[in-house]
Amino acid sequence: MSNILVIAEHHAGALKKGTLAAITLAKQIAAKVGGGFDLGVVGGGVAGVAAELQGYGAGSVFVVDGPAFADYLAQPYTKAVVALADKAGASYVISTAGTTGKDLLPRVAAALGAGMVADCVGLAEGDEVLFQRPMYAGNVMATVRSKTAKTVVSVRTSDFDVAAATGGQSPIVSVAADGGEVAARFVSFDATESERPELTEADVIVTGGRGLKDGPTFWNMMNPLADALGAAIGATRAVVDSWEEVPNDMQIGQTGKVVAPKLYIAVAVSGAIQHLAGMKNSKTIVAINKDADAPIFQVADYGLVADAFKTLPELTEKLKAARG
Amino acid sequence: MKVLVAFKRVIDPDARIKLTADGSAVNTESVEYKANPFCENALEAALQIAEEHDAEVVIVTIGGDDTDQTIRAGLAMGAARAIRVEVEDQDLDSDLAARILAAVYKEEGDVDLFILGKQAVDGDNNQVGQLLAEYLGLPQACFASAITIDEDASEAVVTREVDGGLETIAITLPGVITADLRLNTPRYAKLPDIMKARRKTIAVMDLDDLGVDDTALKIEVVRLEEPPKRQAGALVESVDELVAKLKNEARVL
Ligand SMILES: Cc1cc2nc3c(=O)[nH]c(=O)nc-3n(C[C@@H](O)[C@H](O)[C@H](O)COP(=O)(O)OP(=O)(O)OC[C@H]3O[C@@H](n4cnc5c(N)ncnc54)[C@H](O)[C@@H]3O)c2cc1C
Ligand SMILES: Cc1cc2nc3c(=O)[nH]c(=O)nc-3n(C[C@H](O)[C@H](O)[C@H](O)COP(=O)(O)OP(=O)(O)OC[C@H]3O[C@@H](n4cnc5c(N)ncnc54)[C@H](O)[C@@H]3O)c2cc1C
Repeated sequence: MSNILVIAEHHAGALKKGTLAAITLAKQIAAKVGGGFDLGVVGGGVAGVAAELQGYGAGSVFVVDGPAFADYLAQPYTKAVVALADKAGASYVISTAGTTGKDLLPRVAAALGAGMVADCVGLAEGDEVLFQRPMYAGNVMATVRSKTAKTVVSVRTSDFDVAAATGGQSPIVSVAADGGEVAARFVSFDATESERPELTEADVIVTGGRGLKDGPTFWNMMNPLADALGAAIGATRAVVDSWEEVPNDMQIGQTGKVVAPKLYIAVAVSGAIQHLAGMKNSKTIVAINKDADAPIFQVADYGLVADAFKTLPELTEKLKAARG
Repeated sequence: MKVLVAFKRVIDPDARIKLTADGSAVNTESVEYKANPFCENALEAALQIAEEHDAEVVIVTIGGDDTDQTIRAGLAMGAARAIRVEVEDQDLDSDLAARILAAVYKEEGDVDLFILGKQAVDGDNNQVGQLLAEYLGLPQACFASAITIDEDASEAVVTREVDGGLETIAITLPGVITADLRLNTPRYAKLPDIMKARRKTIAVMDLDDLGVDDTALKIEVVRLEEPPKRQAGALVESVDELVAKLKNEARVL
């Protein structure tokens, strides 16, 4: 029997939905090895997040809460997660593969002497716990075994269903942790302002590529389309690299965000393998490109060979009408 | 200052990846190798720091002698010398790679900064830099899109590309930084530099030299498979047809 610890991802006092996908993996592992799972929260003033997590069937919600953990920094957070893992007696430590998880979890693995499985998308069938993870921009799926007593896993949340609330009230247990000496300090955070859903949580994503000419045109074309669908807006690397009006964290792909919405509309996107790596698990893919040979059409359920500038206004209006 | 750069070669990121017939490995017959793009950003960052701060830039590669060609390309960009640790890819996982790099750091002494790529585009692990930082007990600034080193090389102010925006942190040196693609545009080596690079040293070490005696892997690759291919759908003729299909066939509106 092992115990599994899921570390919650949260931002500005709110729980990130990806945490619930990580809980799903924890339950899948528990189904193979027995035992249950606990939840862990680290931060400054995170009582609300902890309370929100009480209804998911965890043995306990372990919390490290203090001013030393108000801003995320890798070193003190590593110490806190190690303290939580010790307290929970965890054989598996799981969290989301967002930028915080990617920054933090390998450090935790090194501190625990644990194997680190990055970007897990599922478990292989069978009794043994074998992890599946993509390599080579998603062109190869690897099945890997962790050979250590403890294992740390980052979860690609778009590949898991979110765990449903089970009711009940897991007890909240406060855990003491010392952030230790920290050779780093937080300076500033320049937040991308957006009223739209987050890319990793959105049901509908519309993505614009370099064919949209320039930054201002990108927004003029994409905003009305996104409004019509209540969608999040994504971009290719070519776009965020070339047009400063489009922030980096909108990049979808191998080296950006990985998404799997119900509907993904790619406009003037060529479909380079690095881009496909970030969106090809979307449920329905629509591609609009003036080049009939663009590789994006090879993954699209519906392709429209057309000039984006002529098509988007019409599409936006007709989508609005169709949605009533 | 002394700056170490972890420099890895990968199969050409734009090439089509094929598995061997038995599916046990990636087919490396007649593939072309290139420096991992993120490692080129790491090296470029180190060279720019060297131009400002009079630093020595040293390339560190873990690999067989067939990686020398990639190392020479890095030396031609401007690194002073290189260290190659003789271990083949198949005998590595990210953890052992990090422990080897940690041993090189200690062997070298007086290192101010270790810059790595954020991820290698073959394994896509995005973890060696973070593991290394923890093994060395150093601060880390991962996914860097801007680096400023203060005058006495005691601190690096690093802008990091994170979910939801850009975060800036300061780390006390020595420290570990991993490079994102937008950090800089790697320079092209000029012909005279390529000639000069031929005379630069590549010091070859093995695990005994470095005192790394635990070579056990923590993560073992059991098998590789091609993921199921997504079926291409159909072209539609008009916006009306598209909207109708989204509504009635895909039912996503
Ligand atoms: C035949 C074969 C078998 C393999 N078997 C396994 C296995 O069983 N288990 C397993 O985990 N992996 C295995 N690997 C992959 C392994 O060799 C990876 O290279 C290693 O895990 C490092 O991971 P990464 O490059 O994905 O790291 P990342 O964390 O993505 O790399 C980040 C950065 O670390 C630095 N870095 C990483 N590797 C090197 C290097 N060699 N030299 C210099 N700098 C480097 C670079 O700066 C890089 O940008 C195998 C590879 C092959 C070809
Ligand atoms: C290491 C590495 C990592 C990378 N990571 C990523 C990543 O994470 N995400 C990512 O997206 N890319 C990534 N890339 C870049 C990737 O290789 C491509 O360069 C990029 O995705 C191309 O973006 P694009 O489709 O917008 O531009 P282009 O390839 O230039 O395509 C523009 C498209 O617009 C079409 N078009 C032009 N005008 C119109 C019009 N009026 N109407 C309709 N269509 C039109 C053209 O036919 C063309 O197909 C990476 C590259 C490397 C080397």
